[in-house]
Amino acid sequence: MKPDYDVIVVGGGPAGSTAARFAAGRGASVALFEKDREIGVPVRCAEGVSHAGLAAVVETIPPRWIAQKITGAVLHAPSGAEVPLFTDQTGYILHRKIFDYDLAQMAAAAGVAIFTRANVSGLIMEGGCAAGVEVDHLGRRRRISARVVIAADGVESRVARWAGLSTRTALNDMESCAQVTIGDYKGDPEMLHFFFARSMAPGGYLWIFPKGSGMANIGIGIAAGSAGGESPHNYLEAFLDRFFHGAPILGRVCGGVPCSNTLKEIVTDGLMVTGDAAHQANPLTGGGITLGMMAGRIAGETAAEAVAAGRCDRGQLRRYSRLWLEGEGGKQAQFYRLRKFVFSLDDEDYDALAGSVLRIPAEKRTILSILKSALLRKPSLLLDAVKLFT
Amino acid sequence: MMKKMNHNQDRCDFCGVCVGVCPHDAIELREAELIIIDDRCTRCGQCVQACPIHALEVNDEAGL
Repeated sequence: MKPDYDVIVVGGGPAGSTAARFAAGRGASVALFEKDREIGVPVRCAEGVSHAGLAAVVETIPPRWIAQKITGAVLHAPSGAEVPLFTDQTGYILHRKIFDYDLAQMAAAAGVAIFTRANVSGLIMEGGCAAGVEVDHLGRRRRISARVVIAADGVESRVARWAGLSTRTALNDMESCAQVTIGDYKGDPEMLHFFFARSMAPGGYLWIFPKGSGMANIGIGIAAGSAGGESPHNYLEAFLDRFFHGAPILGRVCGGVPCSNTLKEIVTDGLMVTGDAAHQANPLTGGGITLGMMAGRIAGETAAEAVAAGRCDRGQLRRYSRLWLEGEGGKQAQFYRLRKFVFSLDDEDYDALAGSVLRIPAEKRTILSILKSALLRKPSLLLDAVKLFT
Repeated sequence: MMKKMNHNQDRCDFCGVCVGVCPHDAIELREAELIIIDDRCTRCGQCVQACPIHALEVNDEAGL
């Protein structure tokens, strides 16, 4: 019997919309299910991307996506020392709501049927192969069949678990995050700020990402379980009290990023996992928008090819994991090792490092030069750093 | 005595971090609803540790 769709995508974030768009673009019939009532909302994200990363996954970058152009960053040590970092790499703070809407609209234009308020509550298996989903849409439960299911269901992913893949994030690999958007931000709108201190953000960092029009995303990620019962929310409140006392808080959000290596298995019979659900965010920075889109594209194209070939078993779908590992995914293990090292440092280490990095002339101060100074104490990771940042 | 999971709907942001760390697939997240699947939950407390805003607790069950 012919299934309802060739491909079902669960989750309407950047990875899901991109997977859906490329599957439809290659001729598959595609349905996308988003559990929330609206694509792109709430925005659980600091919204930063590099120009290079974004340009690699979209053909044009419409100005309406860009809240603020970024030209530099300041790293803050626990002592208060500031290390300015200028790069020739432009970055952007996105309007994620507009961005996500547009990605979904691009998918729709390619023929994808989009359903919001569509909560996927079960996976249909046939002969050990994923063959569709159970979805609660506007109060009605329906069974929708498909040849391939793509799980792009984010940090809270369960769909791939139901197919037997282990998508769980180990406690220490989960960056548990809280963020506010403030008004009345008076800092340089083109500069990001990062604060590294075990005392302020254990196993992570605090960020200030200016959003233009006097707004900024100020947030924190800490390694879950590392703070002895303190929550990122409490750490963030302390930070705001110290540096932004009385600033108007226009928005408040929680979230999390799986910061491990990519899952060992992102493919099984009839199913692929992509985006945060597959732990495809950068484990050092937590940035996952463009990586999820890159992976989503490969997953979508692989799904359409599998449908056309009439074979949706894991052997056929392995094209996706292979191409991911040959591309950006191949760097995840190295970033993960660097993550472990960077967040193992204590406050004295960060202060000493800031001191030595400040002796590097500003024009030569790159992320690689900073990592090289840091890795004098862990030379085994130098090669990783050089591979990733040259 | 089996301990009890407490979920504070008024603090919860429905972000899904708890679902991501749960070793037992015992939490279901909907748009603005969190359901702890009681017969799978072992009260291991990992969700409590991971929650960004202290919306989850493991408590002694009163009166049982």
